[in-house]
Amino acid sequence: MAASYNAKEEDGHLSGSSGLGGTAIRTRKPDNTAFKQQRLPAWQPILTAGTVLPAFFVIGLIFIPIGIGLFVTSNNIKEIEIEYTGTETSSPCFNCSHNFSWNSTTPCKCVLSFFLDQPFESNVFMYYGLSNFYQNHRRYVKSRDDSQLNGDLNSLKDPSKECEPYRFNEKPIAPCGAIANSMFNDTLDLFYIDPNGTKNPIPLIKKGIAWWTDKHVKFRNPAGSNLTAVFRDTAKPVNWLKPVYELDTDSENNGFINEDFIVWMRTAALPTFRKLYRIIQKKNNMTPTLPRGNYTLEVTYNYPVRSFEGRKRMILSTISWMGGKNPFLGIAYITVGSICFFLGVVLLFIHHKYGNRNNSSDISN
Amino acid sequence: MHIYKADQEPAVRSLGPENLLLKGATLKNTKKINGVAVYTGMETKMALNYQGKSQKRSAVEKSINAFLLVYLCILISKAVVCTTLKYVWQSKDGQDEPWYNQKTQKEKDTNMYVKMFTDFLSFMVLFNFIIPVSMYVTVEMQKFLGSFFITWDKDFFDPEIQEGALVNTSDLNEELGQVEYVFTDKTGTLTQNNMEFIECCIDGFQYRHRDELDGFTVTDGPVSKLQQKAGLEKEELFLRALCLCHTVQVKEDGAEETPGDQVDGVDGMFPQPEEERCFIASSPDEIALVKGAMRYGFTFLGLESKNMKIKNRQNDIEEYKLLHVLNFDPVRRRMSVIVQTKSGETLLFCKGADSSIFPRVKPEEVERIRLHVERNATEGYRTLCVAFKQLSAEEYAVADTGLREARLALQDREDKLMAIYNQVETGMSLIGATAVEDRLQEEAAETMEALQGAGIKVWVLTGDKMETAKSTCYACRLFQRGTELLELTVRTLEDGRTKREDKLLELLRDYHRRAVQDAPPVKAGVTRSWSTANQEYGFIIDGATLSLLMNPPRDADACLYRNLFLQICQNSTAVLCCRMAPLQKAQIVKMVKNSKGSPITLSIGDGANDVSMILEAHVGIGVKGKEGRQAVRNSDYAIPKLKHLKKLLLAHGHLYYVRIAHLVQYFFYKNLCFILPQFLYQFFCGYSQQPLYDAAYLTMYNICFTSMPILAYSLLEQHMAIEVLLDNATLYRQIAKNAMLRWRPFLYWTVLGIFQGLMFFFGVRFLFSNPALQDNGQVFGNWSYGTIVFTVLVFTVTLKLALDTRHWTWINHFVIWGSLAFYVFFSFFWGGIIWPFLKQQRLYFVFANMLSSVSAWLVIIILILLSLLPELLLVVLRKPRGPHSRQKKPGQSNVGGSHSSQSSARPLLMRTFSDESNSVK
Repeated sequence: MAASYNAKEEDGHLSGSSGLGGTAIRTRKPDNTAFKQQRLPAWQPILTAGTVLPAFFVIGLIFIPIGIGLFVTSNNIKEIEIEYTGTETSSPCFNCSHNFSWNSTTPCKCVLSFFLDQPFESNVFMYYGLSNFYQNHRRYVKSRDDSQLNGDLNSLKDPSKECEPYRFNEKPIAPCGAIANSMFNDTLDLFYIDPNGTKNPIPLIKKGIAWWTDKHVKFRNPAGSNLTAVFRDTAKPVNWLKPVYELDTDSENNGFINEDFIVWMRTAALPTFRKLYRIIQKKNNMTPTLPRGNYTLEVTYNYPVRSFEGRKRMILSTISWMGGKNPFLGIAYITVGSICFFLGVVLLFIHHKYGNRNNSSDISN
Repeated sequence: MHIYKADQEPAVRSLGPENLLLKGATLKNTKKINGVAVYTGMETKMALNYQGKSQKRSAVEKSINAFLLVYLCILISKAVVCTTLKYVWQSKDGQDEPWYNQKTQKEKDTNMYVKMFTDFLSFMVLFNFIIPVSMYVTVEMQKFLGSFFITWDKDFFDPEIQEGALVNTSDLNEELGQVEYVFTDKTGTLTQNNMEFIECCIDGFQYRHRDELDGFTVTDGPVSKLQQKAGLEKEELFLRALCLCHTVQVKEDGAEETPGDQVDGVDGMFPQPEEERCFIASSPDEIALVKGAMRYGFTFLGLESKNMKIKNRQNDIEEYKLLHVLNFDPVRRRMSVIVQTKSGETLLFCKGADSSIFPRVKPEEVERIRLHVERNATEGYRTLCVAFKQLSAEEYAVADTGLREARLALQDREDKLMAIYNQVETGMSLIGATAVEDRLQEEAAETMEALQGAGIKVWVLTGDKMETAKSTCYACRLFQRGTELLELTVRTLEDGRTKREDKLLELLRDYHRRAVQDAPPVKAGVTRSWSTANQEYGFIIDGATLSLLMNPPRDADACLYRNLFLQICQNSTAVLCCRMAPLQKAQIVKMVKNSKGSPITLSIGDGANDVSMILEAHVGIGVKGKEGRQAVRNSDYAIPKLKHLKKLLLAHGHLYYVRIAHLVQYFFYKNLCFILPQFLYQFFCGYSQQPLYDAAYLTMYNICFTSMPILAYSLLEQHMAIEVLLDNATLYRQIAKNAMLRWRPFLYWTVLGIFQGLMFFFGVRFLFSNPALQDNGQVFGNWSYGTIVFTVLVFTVTLKLALDTRHWTWINHFVIWGSLAFYVFFSFFWGGIIWPFLKQQRLYFVFANMLSSVSAWLVIIILILLSLLPELLLVVLRKPRGPHSRQKKPGQSNVGGSHSSQSSARPLLMRTFSDESNSVK
């Protein structure tokens, strides 16, 4: 007892010294509010087998039909891919690709024929595809000047530094940057060969291939009545054959608002990609857009890809509500749905088996 | 408070500790005094006591640092991998600089090694989000805001002192959920430090205050064969001794001070309105004794100019001249007064601990009293013996001069005083003993039981004597009836023949064999449960033995002794350390703290003597007791009563720990699955550091989109209702040993993050194998890719938290759904405008276009679901965590208890089903 006795005495003195600091302690009673007492009304979901198990079945039952629907839809999409890089000597484009030179003035043309064994019924979308083309390379992605493309006159005269080394070619380059400079400039023409041998050109529509907002808001020509005058003090991108104001004859599709250009400027996510090139519209309900038969693809070969082992291809595809052909979603949905369903069954089985034994043991107790 | 009044007469006076006025003292009975300032500045007790409070860091923070290191390694290895692969990839022809993507002149000129280094740094920057910097901010906010719940808790409010709990640091909230050892002070913490005079023994006869009418009656104690009283003379002598031998002051009619306005520092002041008399003393024991005497008819009226006035049973006023006070000190453990009666007799009254009184009285008197004293001590009372001695004139003269000389001595004053004291206090006759009860705190036993149920080991560290402390332990149910006590005290060591040191070792070995080796091996780590079937051990050690143990004669043994001691302690349910000096308390805490596995310790105490141990332990708790503020101010948390410790640990500590542990794991997880797709994207973009997400998303992810739900969770989550936590102390063991932040759960979260990151990236990757995702045939670019991944990410991460949330208040709803809505709103807004300050309009209408694509919707839905599927599966397979619902029916609690014990024996899976079927009515 004595030792603590002493300690208390000592403390008596010490505590005397604390008089100043201690009195400020609030004497108020804490508020009895639900929040402060951590008693807010709360929903307390208990995730147990009983609640999760039906969810597994529900997911399974919903996902499997969706998956089947997606899979069927994707399978119904007709798609044909024609590679025209011209790496093999047998390829009609071998010469073009082999003898490619930046300086050649005469365009190299090659013709590929192919056979459609199934008619394409609805609107057909024509894509060009590139492989091993790193449009998502950081140096490449940032090499553009959006304010120049939006019609800003200052940027037209002095493009952003990001465009280096495609910024100045004595005069400011318009459109500047690596993306614009490397714009895809092969021309693809499609012909239907009648059974009797005549060559019918298929009308390719070049409107509606770019995002509406890109075409109407994001990309704008610099102000001025005459595009040629507006772009007078600029240089064309180094690798372009024509200046930007000669991309198309249609003034609604010329300059920065050329849809091919806009499509190209939306950089692809992966090194193998496709971009929408043309749309073949359905003529009427009677005849398919592309009937079964022989076709030729005429390529004006301007775009070299051999230097980086790239590949070029042309894709004809119909489109459904889910977009282009892609079995992935359907398979994913079917798989996940099946897994959920299977798990549900297994768990239910275990539940039944052990649940029963458990009940009987309870009774025996 | 002794106020030295300077007399006018030019006498030599000694100045001693009793003349010292301490800071905060108030003058009484006089207008002014003259004084000299001593011990100022750095010499003040406050400055000297300032130990430079060492930074206390919680175990959670240490885990965070370990995790951080892992993630840092991941970050660096990612950067290294990417840099290496980049140069491998570039070495192939035409990949580094294809015609469409030329380098600038500056880039071409740069040295290759510099380029490599900058590439490495760029990758570090790109992946740096994996280090959850914002976690620190959130953790700090969580701790700071969370600590308010302790201050706000009205259960901690004590109407007596009109105060609630006090939080001095918010850094240790979660540590409250990790406590393994509780070190508690006894007096004032386990007990109320509210002394009550219970009984006394006069001349071998036991007196117990039964009720008011009988007043002073004799009970049939075991000693008195006949129902008889001691002689009246002895009785009155004893009571006079109680009235005179003290340093109590009387406070007149508590007029100037209102009862509520309690100035701390004047402690031991007990306002007594009904008796119009307050006593002020430095120790509550003294007041109890004076009050006890008052109850039996002898009232101490006060000290007036060296005259003590007593009103005796006949209502006569007796006056005694106070000649000397032989002060109390802990070494002597006794105090004496020398008084002179009216009739000129000089009397010495002495009171003190039995061990210090018995050798100084006539031996034949001792035995009769000793029995009483020991019995009282075992009952948990604090005992004091009272002796007296009549001094002849010569004796007094010798004593008087001796005392005066000693007091005036300038050197060795204390030693000289001690010698004189010892000389004077001899040959006394024992007249009786007192027993004062120090009541247990409210619910002390329940609290201790709950703590032990929670797997916490309780150590009582006290300065009291062993018997008293032991009985308190029994009363607190720290020791049960079946507990086998292992005593290691001076008494057990001194059996005469062998040397103390040898005996100590022998006993240690013996106890070690009994408590440690014979006990079945307790699985270390998470399951530290001692089954009730085993023999429980209680260990008792006293201060002297402890110092022997700490500083053994031979240095080589130090480790051995200490290890044996620690192992015995760790295998005992409760440990009692008595006769401790304050420093020894801290020593013990330190020893346990640094022992193997570095357990989390908590010290709780109320007095200044506990400060050292409060500061030493991981968590220091001050009880706002009667002993001033010293402990409270040095503590990390202060609570009004011991009983509040239960809720503080079992409810608040548990919840805080679960909250912050989840917070930490969640942060690491969400940043991992945030950055992993970005890392994977490097493999598809030529290792060019191309970010997958837009810069706005990169910055906003941790700040806006995912921060608020986890903050709300970490403040409000109650995975179990507070009542349930309080009712089932064993739940505390579930989180013991940092259970939620060990490597296993960390690995689980990391694997989950990696799994989800892979899902996000490759799910979208396969979708983009044909980027024509819109029904008009138009294609998506790289920013759409990132946005889809990011959308899946934000939703998955938020819904994962939603799945983990067990306590949905409106705030949780608001914040979780709110941040998802905010994400959607922000994305529309960010992509809806051509921002003039942006160099690139990367996200212009990307989000809106994404939403117009059915495929994007479908892939988002399936990826979210697939990512959460393992979590859902785990829910089914996971062990249910006890009774959940707050709305538990009261009658079911018993059934629930037996049910849960029964269910724990069953295999994992079926339990979930059957429990579910039971709970769903």
